[in-house]
Amino acid sequence: MPFVKVKATIILIKMRDIIIDALSGHHADYIEAHFEESEHTQFTYHGGKLEDLNRIHSCGGNVRALIKGGWGFVSFNNTNHLREKVSQAINEARLTSGEELLSLHPNIVVDTVALQEGKEADSVTLQEKKQLLDEYNDIMLSCPRIQTTMIRYGDTKRKVIFANSEGSYIEQVKPGLSLRLTAIARKNDEVQQAGLSLGSRGDFSIIKGLHSKVKEISNRANALLDAPHVKGGEYTVVLDPVLAGVFTHEAFGHLSEADFVYQNNKLRDIMTLGRRFGSKYLNIIDDASINGLRGSYKYDDEGTPTTETPLIQEGVLVGRLHSLETAARMKEKATGNARAINYRFPPIVRMSNTFISPGKASFKDMIGDVKEGIYAKDWYGGTTSLEMFTFSSGEAYMIRNGKLAELLRPVVLTGNVFATLNNIDMIGNDLEMNQGGGCGKGAQSPLPVSNGSPHIRIRHCIVGGR
Amino acid sequence: MESPLIEEVLNTATKIAEAAEVFELSTQETPVNFEANILKQLQNKESYSLALRIFKAGRIGFALTNGMSSLSSSQEKSKELIQTLLNMALETSQFGFPYNFNFSPQSNYPRVNIFDSQVEKVTVEEMLGLGNKLITKVKNYAPDILCDVEVDKGTKSIHIINSQGGDVSYHKSFFGIGIEGILTQGTDMLFVGDSEGSCQASNEMSGVADRVVTQLEMAKRQASVSTKSLPVILTPRGVASAFFSPIALAFNGKTVLEGASPLEGKLEERVFNNKLSLWDDPTIDYCLGSSPCDDEGVPSQRTILINEGIATNFIYDLQTAALAKTKSTGNGKRSGAGTPKPGMNFLVIKEGTTSFNDMVANIKEGLIVEQLMGAEQGNVLGGDFGGNVLLGYKVENGEIIGRVKDTMISGNIYEVLKQPIELGCAAREVDGIMKTPHLYCPYLAVSTGGR
Repeated sequence: MPFVKVKATIILIKMRDIIIDALSGHHADYIEAHFEESEHTQFTYHGGKLEDLNRIHSCGGNVRALIKGGWGFVSFNNTNHLREKVSQAINEARLTSGEELLSLHPNIVVDTVALQEGKEADSVTLQEKKQLLDEYNDIMLSCPRIQTTMIRYGDTKRKVIFANSEGSYIEQVKPGLSLRLTAIARKNDEVQQAGLSLGSRGDFSIIKGLHSKVKEISNRANALLDAPHVKGGEYTVVLDPVLAGVFTHEAFGHLSEADFVYQNNKLRDIMTLGRRFGSKYLNIIDDASINGLRGSYKYDDEGTPTTETPLIQEGVLVGRLHSLETAARMKEKATGNARAINYRFPPIVRMSNTFISPGKASFKDMIGDVKEGIYAKDWYGGTTSLEMFTFSSGEAYMIRNGKLAELLRPVVLTGNVFATLNNIDMIGNDLEMNQGGGCGKGAQSPLPVSNGSPHIRIRHCIVGGR
Repeated sequence: MESPLIEEVLNTATKIAEAAEVFELSTQETPVNFEANILKQLQNKESYSLALRIFKAGRIGFALTNGMSSLSSSQEKSKELIQTLLNMALETSQFGFPYNFNFSPQSNYPRVNIFDSQVEKVTVEEMLGLGNKLITKVKNYAPDILCDVEVDKGTKSIHIINSQGGDVSYHKSFFGIGIEGILTQGTDMLFVGDSEGSCQASNEMSGVADRVVTQLEMAKRQASVSTKSLPVILTPRGVASAFFSPIALAFNGKTVLEGASPLEGKLEERVFNNKLSLWDDPTIDYCLGSSPCDDEGVPSQRTILINEGIATNFIYDLQTAALAKTKSTGNGKRSGAGTPKPGMNFLVIKEGTTSFNDMVANIKEGLIVEQLMGAEQGNVLGGDFGGNVLLGYKVENGEIIGRVKDTMISGNIYEVLKQPIELGCAAREVDGIMKTPHLYCPYLAVSTGGR
């Protein structure tokens, strides 16, 4: 059977007139609309078998209106009677409106952003996708003590339209692809797992040729069954680029999202631009405009063009991430970081590609003078509560007398962001970007982002254990 | 429910497949959001989706569309939608899992009250009033606190039909209120929060307000612990954040079938302390986890998972049950846009006899944990739990002396719940996923910065 193409139900040219017409002539300070059509394919392997293969077609939209600082938001699957939906959003905005006018400064942009380079996943047949995933699955299952496997593969082609009452009209194609492989090993009552996460902007080739890596994670899951638990307490910890990237995202990135800050005067004091957060070697950047990374895009979901946003420069706070609203309220510039996971949600301040810039240290330098410490690699998950963060490694080793020693069960690291950033005493020369996983905030998860870092060393890091 | 589209999809699918099932979901929701104590946003969210599962040439095909509403689409659009859905399902069925079960036939469903017509009548103004009252009450106690509040109401309608003759539909209403507060002092941040929800409309928020004020009161001072094993009391919210995931995974029939559950082969064996009894129960009136049937149309039932420490049952959907040669327990749940899978409806941990105050009074040095952050990051499948104590208090000589910071707890449910635990005498619902009393563990690993 040929690969089924879903026929577009949004006829774009006609749609543009309808949208522009529906947004005009209302009494509101600002109105914007989003429309989206997407096709999603998802493979799920569980228990060593392809368990689910799903195809999903989505089409829907939303309208958001602002009156005196209060927002109304209406989302729907049925895009008929658009003008009525605009009126509904305006009525809601009126009910929430306050005393003061909030003047947004949207860019007025008319543009169409087509697909980028690379072999797009939607031109690859289901047969070909299954073949590759079957190969990875078979490798995992053939490794010793691997009890079962999990594979989650998904690719999405999203076409999104943004329009606002100021005259912007942007069409963007935003494809995405993600793969998570997990090998689960068992010995008697003990169960351990190891995994691999990858993602791209729809380019299928990035998940090809992973055979030896897949074997490696399977062997690690097996080895973890015999690994000891770390003793809980305070250690010098060296993070690999993947885990350091997660740390950057969780520990600092979320704190630089202005929606956490703008209404909280005390937090605003802490996050004053110019304040020192780390050593002069520490530089942290968020940049959606880098070509081809998972968190890259040309315009955010408020139509703001993206740029490089330095957050920490030589240890000093120099910037933060903004939507139109947070930028207006803090009298700073919008940075193009307002993003929504889909049309069911209003855009909120989110990261894109967030990373620590490379320094000069080599890995050898970092562990060389550590008497007893931990080398934590790869990520399993992470979450943050502004001041506090916690994240877990997928792989960890003791460092003893300047050398890597025994494999440990995965460790959970936690700490206070401010103290920990200050405790970064070495930054490596080997920046790598991590394209797997996704970010969750509020109910909006997972949003495609990437993060990265060179190896970094943190003094006095709290490690959970028993 | 007048919905010709769903029947048309079934009829068309039945013509080309051996069997078919259509799941229709419409939701309407009106959340009101306050940010930093101020009314921020009103929303109206409508969604409609149709999921089609077919058996074709011995295999399962699945497709879903959330294209448009059944009520207003033109006939031409409906035809197009049906064809799209069918083509996608046929395409996936080529590689689908071989089917081994039948769709759920027409059955007798338990009477569960899950719809309150009053929910629809609650006005936006009343919801705003409720949010404002809650913020005022909390601010009265802590004037500097910044609260995010959501008051939410809505309805959900589900209709499931299949070629086996099964046809079941129901309407469910929901109403809830939740608060998260941040109190910032210097670089110190205190997070408090609570929520409450049910299928019934409510004009009360004092339960939530009282609990948040209690949290603020207990966190007034700071206290510190050192790295060692300590007795720990988990509050109902603490129990949910530490234990829900490892328990839900361990009793999931699919995890068991795959040999990944530590409880595999342990039915009828003592796996936990005999004070612990727990079950899945979707038949409690007006509880958010309730419904007359699961997402495959299998009648809801109460399933005992642990009876006085002894593992009794696992939970199943139709497909997993057939593979495991047993029967569905009415736990076929659809999350997001996927096929039904075994999932917990509503977990209940049986109350014990110890009061919270008695638990505290008997501790010389220990912790109370209200909220864990990152509890699900370890080896949850193996029963591990642990995380940063986002909100927790130190107990010394039977008194709560203050809040702890920079502190982690960690453990494994198969060790911790075997201990001589104590269960509280007052259970409460948490986040619509479970009902649990306080739980006292005689010792848990606690790690801190050690300053």
